[in-house]
Amino acid sequence: MNELIKLSGAELAAKLRAGEVTSVEAVQAHLDRIAEVDGALNAFLHVNAEEALAVAAEVDAIRAAGGAEAEALHPLAGVPIAIKDLIVTKGQPTTAASKMLEGWMSPYDATVIEKIRAAKLPMLGKTNLDEFAMGSSTEHSAYGVTRNPWNLNRIPGGSGGGSAAAVASYEAPLALGTDTGGSIRQPGAVTGTVGVKPTYGAVSRYGAIAMASSLDQIGPVSRTVLDSAYLQELIGGHDPKDSTSLPKDLEGLVAAAEAGATGDLKGLRVGVIKELTGEGYQEGVQARFNESLELLKAAGAEIVEVSCPNFKYALGAYYLIMPSEVSSNLAKFDGVRYGNRVLPEEGPMTIERVMGTTRAAGFGDEVKRRIILGTYALSAGYYDAYYGSAQKVRTLIQRDFDAAFEQADVLVSPTSPTVAFELGANDNDPLAMYLNDVATIPANLAGVPGITVPGGLSENLPVGIQFLAPAFEDARLYRAGAALETLLEKQWGHSLISQAPAINTASIAQEA
Amino acid sequence: MSAISREDVVHLAHLAHIEMSGAELDKMTGELDAIVGAIASVSEVASSDVPATSHPIPLTNVLREDTVGQTLSIDEVLLNAPDSDSDRFKVPAILDGE
Repeated sequence: MNELIKLSGAELAAKLRAGEVTSVEAVQAHLDRIAEVDGALNAFLHVNAEEALAVAAEVDAIRAAGGAEAEALHPLAGVPIAIKDLIVTKGQPTTAASKMLEGWMSPYDATVIEKIRAAKLPMLGKTNLDEFAMGSSTEHSAYGVTRNPWNLNRIPGGSGGGSAAAVASYEAPLALGTDTGGSIRQPGAVTGTVGVKPTYGAVSRYGAIAMASSLDQIGPVSRTVLDSAYLQELIGGHDPKDSTSLPKDLEGLVAAAEAGATGDLKGLRVGVIKELTGEGYQEGVQARFNESLELLKAAGAEIVEVSCPNFKYALGAYYLIMPSEVSSNLAKFDGVRYGNRVLPEEGPMTIERVMGTTRAAGFGDEVKRRIILGTYALSAGYYDAYYGSAQKVRTLIQRDFDAAFEQADVLVSPTSPTVAFELGANDNDPLAMYLNDVATIPANLAGVPGITVPGGLSENLPVGIQFLAPAFEDARLYRAGAALETLLEKQWGHSLISQAPAINTASIAQEA
Repeated sequence: MSAISREDVVHLAHLAHIEMSGAELDKMTGELDAIVGAIASVSEVASSDVPATSHPIPLTNVLREDTVGQTLSIDEVLLNAPDSDSDRFKVPAILDGE
């Protein structure tokens, strides 16, 4: 394995700036890694080798020439990045992992992609996900499952399993994800990587294919807390193209991560959410969580217990609000202006029937389930009982957060109640699948930011620790997250990801 | 009480423009009924004195200058069209029997 791919984004960036390596070498090393292991993992739906190498060569040329242009390069210039295939990109297909958008070429770039292009980060390609980001395992992709680099028979989490697996397996140092109910944080937890859902509106959603607009958020995926801080600073900021974009930029994220990395948490009040521990959480997950609490306490943090009594209704509210928004957002996939059109085999050939057959053929089971559920929740006679009630629960959850943040600066919980489960384990039980998001959903309903950091192993599989902060206080996540990362790595003597086993590329090749 | 009947699902699938086979309708009816049963508890706490929240961080008066911004060319607009004719999207008949 080329040692270049083991560097974090920040480490690689420093070497690029120092002229010790070139961006072309770095990009090629990651492309080689993708060629080596992605047959087994299926983290990428599209590899963008040509353009990535061209951008890398451009960065190298600017650095070699020196002068003002080289000085003006973004600190991450030349560091490769992978993009979740829910985010639209010119020049590369964007599929949302759906048959509906097979081969679809976006005529415009998402705002985050414009920022990545301006900063000259070579884009390695587009990563796999649950279709339209609906799922917790990446098993709902129309283009095959992604496998967990720690154990190829386990799920990599979802919906952003591709981005998390790519970063965990050294195919990319950085990636972009989207998080509607945990789709950045839960894959981060089960792959032993870092992922952040920023405050709602802190990163523009323009160009992220909408699933549930009041919940969706683009965010960073990486192997270190510092890298996520760099990436959020790069992609964040106000965007007039997104009417929900926050007017004020969040600052000091990298500084907060650096401050946290000293491992000193004196004066930080950390609230343990009573409702997100204990029953329903695997013993090994709970044990790693308790150990992390001890470390935080030893580092000077004050641990307090907080209660968020309405969190028990969060899953229900989420599975009413999200499908309702899904049913509306996905109405545009009708086979008229873009996407695949499928004609009925018999009967009258009207546009209404073409829509019905197009959507029947283009959407997978989970997408159909959510559209129908949302259509039900919004229909006359049920609206008040379901959608209306769910919106009220949303208020109650915000109040729970407000009360908790009066007692604590950050909140903490396990990110996911279990370690990565086996592929196919929840195939016939959508409800069991939904329970994976129980700890991550409240943040989306309230719009507050959350981070997952690796917290150790259980059954040889990673456990994630989640911190939550008040809206706009993303910096607190980076401080607490970097501190825990530092403390754990000091205790272990190594990073968690360095303990991942070698990927057995032969085993999958034989199966296929 | 079964919350969702097969007839409900037939109606919902029609509203959502998704053609479904008989087997799909049967499966979907059972799944939706279980899901709705599990999430209906939201109405327990949603008393009339609790205001609804539609948006996590509400912003008001989000306006922009009334100037032409980024637009797509006709070629870009039609790039992904399943069918087109000159500068237009082409679709099958809107009305039955014509």
